[in-house]
Order: sequence, then C-alpha cells, then structure tokens
Amino acid sequence: MANAEKKTCKYNEHLCKYYEQFKVYRDKVLVLSNDSLEKTIAVALALCLVCAVLVSLATVALRPLQTHNKALDMKKNILDVAGLLNENTDIDSAFKESIESKIVDLKTGDYIDSINADEYDQRKAAKDPAQNEVIPAAKDIASIRVKAKYTKIYLVKKGGQLQSIILPINGYGLWSTMYGFLALEADAQTVQSINLYDQAETPGLGGEVVNPNWRALWKNKKVYSDKGDVALTLVKGGVDESRADAVYKVDGLAGATLTSRGVSNLIQYWMGPEGFATYLNKIRKQG
Amino acid sequence: MDKETKKVLFEPLVDNNPITLQVLGVCSALAVTSQMSTSLIMALALTSVTACSSAAISAVRQHTPSSIRIIVQMIIIASLVIVVDQLLKAFAFDVSKKLSVFVGLIITNCIVMGRAEAYAMKNPPLQSFIDGIGNGMGYSLILIMVATVRETLGSGKLLGIEILPLVKDGGWYVPNGLMLLPPSAFFVIGLIIWGFRTWKPKQVEHNEFKILSISHGEGGHH
Repeated sequence: MANAEKKTCKYNEHLCKYYEQFKVYRDKVLVLSNDSLEKTIAVALALCLVCAVLVSLATVALRPLQTHNKALDMKKNILDVAGLLNENTDIDSAFKESIESKIVDLKTGDYIDSINADEYDQRKAAKDPAQNEVIPAAKDIASIRVKAKYTKIYLVKKGGQLQSIILPINGYGLWSTMYGFLALEADAQTVQSINLYDQAETPGLGGEVVNPNWRALWKNKKVYSDKGDVALTLVKGGVDESRADAVYKVDGLAGATLTSRGVSNLIQYWMGPEGFATYLNKIRKQG
Repeated sequence: MDKETKKVLFEPLVDNNPITLQVLGVCSALAVTSQMSTSLIMALALTSVTACSSAAISAVRQHTPSSIRIIVQMIIIASLVIVVDQLLKAFAFDVSKKLSVFVGLIITNCIVMGRAEAYAMKNPPLQSFIDGIGNGMGYSLILIMVATVRETLGSGKLLGIEILPLVKDGGWYVPNGLMLLPPSAFFVIGLIIWGFRTWKPKQVEHNEFKILSISHGEGGHH
C-alpha cells in the first residue's frame, strides 16, 4: 500500500499526503445533497478561493505593464499641453528631448534639487500624510483639502531656451476633483494651453473641459492683471472681445455652471499666493 | 459542426438576437457605440466574458446549491470581468480609458446573467461556451451596425479613416452632432429592430391585452 502510494507520488510526499486528504474531503462534500448547509458553505468557500486566486494573479502579473502605461499616459498629457504631441510622436524620446522636470517649493519659489524629480509622484505625495500639508478651509478655494509639500513642474526647453512652463493644477468641479496641467509661455503670464486630463464631470456638459475647441479658447489669455492679482476667470454668456479685459476672460461651458466655477476656482487658487505666484514672480524677474 | 451546434451558434445573430429580440444589454450598446474602435473592443470583451462565464457556470452547475445560485454566477462573472479589465489596462490602455466604467459594468450586463440562468445552468460546458460565443456575436453584430451609422454620420470617419469629407476640412459633409450623443443609439437600434421585424415577422410581439372599444355605452357613471 505504502509502495503504491509512493509510485503515484511524483513530487513532495507531504504535498501528496495533503492532496490525498483533500480528495477524501472533496468526495465527501460532492456526495452531499446540494441543498445541505455544509455543501452550501463548502461550495461558497471553494469558489471564493478559486476566484480570489484568479483575480489576484491577474492583478499582480499585469501590474508592471499597467504602471508603464500610466507613466506613458502622463507623459502624453504633458506633451499634449506643451503642444508637442502629433500623431506619430514617439512619446518617450520626445519627452526626454524637450522636457525637464523640476521640484519647486511653493513658499519660496525655489527649485529643490535634493529630490529626484523623475521619481517624485506628486499625486501620491498629496495623499501621504508625511508628504502633504492640509490647506486651511478659508484658503481652500479649489476645495482640495490637501496638497503635496513640494510641487513637480515641467520646463519645456528648445536649444537651452525656456519655451514654456507646465504647472500641475487640480480642483473640485461638480462631481470630481479635476486634475490637469496649465502651460504658460516663458513670460510666466500668457496661457499656452490647458489640459484637464483626469475628471469625471457630466459627459457632454462639464465633461466638455476636454473638448479641443474649448481648450483652444485659452490660448493667449493672460493670468495676472497689472496689479499682480489673478485675473483669469471663466465667464457666462461669451467673451466680449472689444472690451479691454477680454484677455482675462474665457467663455464658460454651456450647461455646466458648477464645473466652470470649479475651473475658475482652481485657477484662482493655483495661480495665487498659495500656489505658483511666488515662483512665477521669480521667473518673470529673471526673464 | 452538427445541426444543434450551428443553431446554438448562429440563432442569436438574427432570430434570437440578445439586443433586438431579448432586449438585453441595451445600456452599454448606447454608451460605447459612438466609435467603431471602442465598440469592437467592447464586443470582444463581452463575448469572451459571456462564453467563459457560461462554460464555468455550466461546469459547476451540478454542484451549485440553488440557494446561492445567483451569487455563484455573479462571483464567476465578476472575477472574469476583473481579469478582462486588467488585461485591457495592460494591453489596450487608450481603449480602456475610453470604455472607462463600461468594462466593469459587463458584470451587470443582462446578456451575461441571462445566458447563465437560461442556458448554462441546464446544458453542458462546451455547449454553454458556444451559446456564449453566439450571443456575444449577436451583441457584437448590433454594436457594429450601430457604430457604423453613428461614427460615419457623426464624425464622417470609420475607424479613423475618412468616409465623408467634413466641411471644416474642405469637404461637403456637415457632421450630425446628435449621432455622437448616446440618445441617437436609441433611434438607430429602434430602426434596426424595425428592420429585423419586417424581415422576420415572427419576431413581432403579440399584444398583451386587447384594448376594449368604448362603443358599448359603458362608463361615464362616476
């Protein structure tokens, strides 16, 4: 008997023993009536176990590919807002060629070189209590509650010359926190483009923030008034181009008052003294 | 292929189409059909989930306690949908972004549950698998038809290739914006159902009741 068992057992003897025992239990369970309590519980447990293993395997095995895709997608969003994305662009090489990431301390407006900008994940940092700071409610215009202590920005350079500055922005719309980038020209005042790449606003209404036609309205608008306040905002009922302040106004989205207000607020917050104002001031002085 | 298999495989295309006759899975048919590429991926995802879940549910059908029958089906379907979603995120990231929640919502797609309950619980795994493929193809057929109409008329393109030159690119066609919005799929699916039922009058539903005529002078005494 022992010999016979050994012959059938190709691998570890312990494992075989467990398998034999499993077989005994399995046969015991399988002959039970389908409606008995024991079988119901046994079937539920076994099924959950098998499915859990299947799902975890898929998630773990595919994670490296998914992370790579996400990183690539982020680069694509940045190239898009920088106006460097064509249909045939090779994203990795284009990114390497013309875009430099930097970490900025918003309070002083200085670059911090001790942190590796390529590996810094700002959205992750904003959620980590060790790396974020809580925004006091009175100052929290964009309704985001927390922000990362250090901010990752991108500089677009061509032949060593600064072309544009890409700033990460986020703020609450109607349903969701919208994440995006605002690209300013080298004068740190003129808008080049906006790209709210991650949002869950109402499709067809607030979701139109991704519409290329609407995004095109932002080009050449100015952020700061002569006094240095944030003047850029969305307005209802169209922009009267003949007025002097038309350069600070962008046509709001039809049927999406709250999303439009959210976009105005996040511009107000991130371009203001809590956001990039100090840093942008420095750039202007240098320029 | 024997006659029975053929019937299981091809009947859901026209004669017993899940969307036009059984009227299941309409919600996702509205949502993803504004573009052919998303429709094709969705069709593929749903077909594979329906086929695999039907086969798996059928394989355990003789040992499924009837009291937790629906839960067992849901767990199997949900696990497969998660796997499909993960695969899409890994290998077709752009499409998975466009499909967003609709891949996850395959779990609640009535076609999958409907075939599990109606067919897989009573038939052997291989046949259930084929039934899943058949119904998936029926769903795919309608999706492809709707997407063809919507993408061509809505953006003048099909799979990104220009069909009708748009006015803004110097052509003559003014795109119909309605076709890009979900409600237009209602009209297109409605027209398809009309077409199918004219072609196969057997599919026309009988009235559930007859409306009485009021010529007998009844009523009015309240």
